[in-house]
Amino acid sequence: MIYTLCFYLFATITVFSAIMVIASRNPVHSVLYLILAFFNSAGLFVLLGAEFVAMILVIVYVGAVAVLFMFVVMMLDIDYSELRKGFQKYLPIGGLIGLVLLAELVLVGMGWGLGSPVTTDPATATPALTEMTNTEALGSLIYTKYIFLFQMAGLILLVAMIGAIVLTHRKRPGVKKQSVNKQVMRRRGDAYEIVKVKPGQGLG
Amino acid sequence: MEIGLAHYLTVAAMLFTIGIFGIFLNRKNVIIILMSVELILLAVNINFVAFSSYLHDMVGQVFTMFILTVAAGEAAIGLAILVIYYRNRGTIAVEDINLMEG
Repeated sequence: MIYTLCFYLFATITVFSAIMVIASRNPVHSVLYLILAFFNSAGLFVLLGAEFVAMILVIVYVGAVAVLFMFVVMMLDIDYSELRKGFQKYLPIGGLIGLVLLAELVLVGMGWGLGSPVTTDPATATPALTEMTNTEALGSLIYTKYIFLFQMAGLILLVAMIGAIVLTHRKRPGVKKQSVNKQVMRRRGDAYEIVKVKPGQGLG
Repeated sequence: MEIGLAHYLTVAAMLFTIGIFGIFLNRKNVIIILMSVELILLAVNINFVAFSSYLHDMVGQVFTMFILTVAAGEAAIGLAILVIYYRNRGTIAVEDINLMEG
């Protein structure tokens, strides 16, 4: 009973906030609704018994991705109302494609069933909670069978980090900074010169 | 009424459709498009975790973590490109991005 209630609560808020993400006028509100959607889908994950993924969702999506979006939205000085001009124009075609897609998904969902008995690898089946927690089970999988994929995920993050830094790094002209190299390389001759001034002539 | 796999799949399908809809609706605003992509990936994640839970197979959750990784990297790179584009051109309207005349 409480499970059903929770499911409908989380599902409704998730879908509602997803709609608000694409429909709200202010991008800051969009980001906030995105955070709400992530939180409620984390709730759905908890209902499904995937606690670890739910917490990762909160940490990664809400803590990192959504904050990144928030930074960018606030950093760029853009007239967002200008960007919404085509909203009405694209509504029919977008709605049409959305409806077609939804109809296809519904058709697939109706025509599909778990039919044949699903063969699950016993080694990877979800263990009972009394045996092993979700986090433990996940860890015993990704550190053994999926260790190379796990390492690849780390590499992807590294590449993304380097890429983001390289893309946004720039040398600003006209900023005065201390250059230790330049200071150390400075010699006596660079600083002054000796001029012999003849009496009565001056430097001319 | 018992909550089954179909319920979760329905939620995911709705999220996915909303994401696609958002891409078409906000054709000019790249930030909203990136957020729509995040919504689509979230829908995929919900599908993965729902199947994982109902088929008693942990691999779905393992895959969800990899999708999360890729989504985080994609958001970082996408926003970095957006920032340098804005720095160079002073706008982020998608329709003005035609330097390559594609």
